[in-house]
Amino acid sequence: MANILDIRRRIRSVTNTRQITKAMKMVSAAKLRRAQERALAARPYAQMLTNVLKSLVSRAEIYDPETGEPRHPLLAQRPENNVFLIVVTGDKGLAGAFNTNILKAASRFLESKAGKNIEIETIGRKGRDFLKRRYPMGEPRAADAQAAAQTTIIGELVGALNKVDYAMASDMAERVIERYSKGEIDSVYLVYNEFKSVIAQRLVVEQVLPIGQIGEVQVLQAEEMGAKEKERAMEAAKGAGVGVRPVDTREIDTQAARFAAAPVDYIYEQAPGELFRSLLPKYVGIQIFHGLLESVAAEHAARMTAMDAATNNATDMIDSLTLVMNRARQAKITKEIIEIVSGAAAAQ
Amino acid sequence: MSDTFQLEIVTPEKMVVKDVAEEMQIPGKNGYLGILPGHAPLITELAVGEITYRHAGDTYHLAVAWGFAEVLPDKVTVLAETCERAEEIDVRRAQEARQRAEDRLKSANPEIDFVRAGVALQRAETRLEVAEKK
Repeated sequence: MANILDIRRRIRSVTNTRQITKAMKMVSAAKLRRAQERALAARPYAQMLTNVLKSLVSRAEIYDPETGEPRHPLLAQRPENNVFLIVVTGDKGLAGAFNTNILKAASRFLESKAGKNIEIETIGRKGRDFLKRRYPMGEPRAADAQAAAQTTIIGELVGALNKVDYAMASDMAERVIERYSKGEIDSVYLVYNEFKSVIAQRLVVEQVLPIGQIGEVQVLQAEEMGAKEKERAMEAAKGAGVGVRPVDTREIDTQAARFAAAPVDYIYEQAPGELFRSLLPKYVGIQIFHGLLESVAAEHAARMTAMDAATNNATDMIDSLTLVMNRARQAKITKEIIEIVSGAAAAQ
Repeated sequence: MSDTFQLEIVTPEKMVVKDVAEEMQIPGKNGYLGILPGHAPLITELAVGEITYRHAGDTYHLAVAWGFAEVLPDKVTVLAETCERAEEIDVRRAQEARQRAEDRLKSANPEIDFVRAGVALQRAETRLEVAEKK
């Protein structure tokens, strides 16, 4: 039978751990709420921009009316030889399977593009650490490079996720657009964890370039949450006081839908085609920004769920340890009584 | 006709302004535009510059770097990449940015993107100008 003192010590240690996990859960819940607010605040701009572009597509005859071919390089499909992949993970662990799942999805995507030249840029420490073990670091490839197809990591961004801002996303967008226009890369994908609400999340691979239909995200690969994960996330959210329903964006969307779409004849200070050309790169930026914001929210949600599960496990452990301790204590008392009784009997 | 119009300025990060104005000036790409209520519907790109609007006797100044505006008779909506109210501008940062841009423009390094440095300089100068007006 285990020593009572040892068990008591273990109970104390598990109680301490539980306190930490509980605190981390509440912190994650608070951060999640903030991240959700930021994602919501970004929505009007994104919707309005999409809207303007959509209305400009028809006005500026972006698609050739006869052949249906797009007249803008960022819209044109071309043979895909050089792929650029942006992997968004978290900087920290302790978030359950969050990072692992993203990296699994990224690996699957890389397999599907096997035989092509692939360049990876990682955002988040966890993704960098994992991918660096598998693929060599490399230099961005020049447009006319003739080297054999290979997968290299050409960039990393670590420690930036706790202060995601639009400048970060737009820098990245500018960089990929420039390389795309030069022909150094033929397509750009973004893999991240999409976040609608705590219980509605998907792992997605989105095509950023070339742009397909404006206002429609091209998802190449998507994975919903499992039923079990959902249940657990629901419980965690309830415990932390986080809403599980997706935020209602209808009002924002209808407001935004009115932007630049009034049934009047606008005076265009610049030609619609010119406007379209200067707006389209912003669209790429906003798409990346959106991915970053959702990934941050999803990371906090995952951590909240993981820490909730850890707290529950600690509680279970304390219960069973207490049971063992009580049993040991009782056994000890029984033993002492037997000793006294038999001692007394022997003395008679 | 009403003598005011609604004004909204939106950036990717938040809604910066949701207000009413009697008069406004925006830095259109082809030059500054003055807007009064009842303006004809207009769509324009914005350059780096200063947005000014007046409401109830107060004048507000904002620094904007690239944007896009829709003008309707009763409403003006501006989409801006970055937009800061005069009192929100970090003067120290803008001064540093100006210094950096100037250094880059002066250096003879051929790898420097002069267009970009020029834009950066313009942005920093606008910020400083606007910040003085708070």
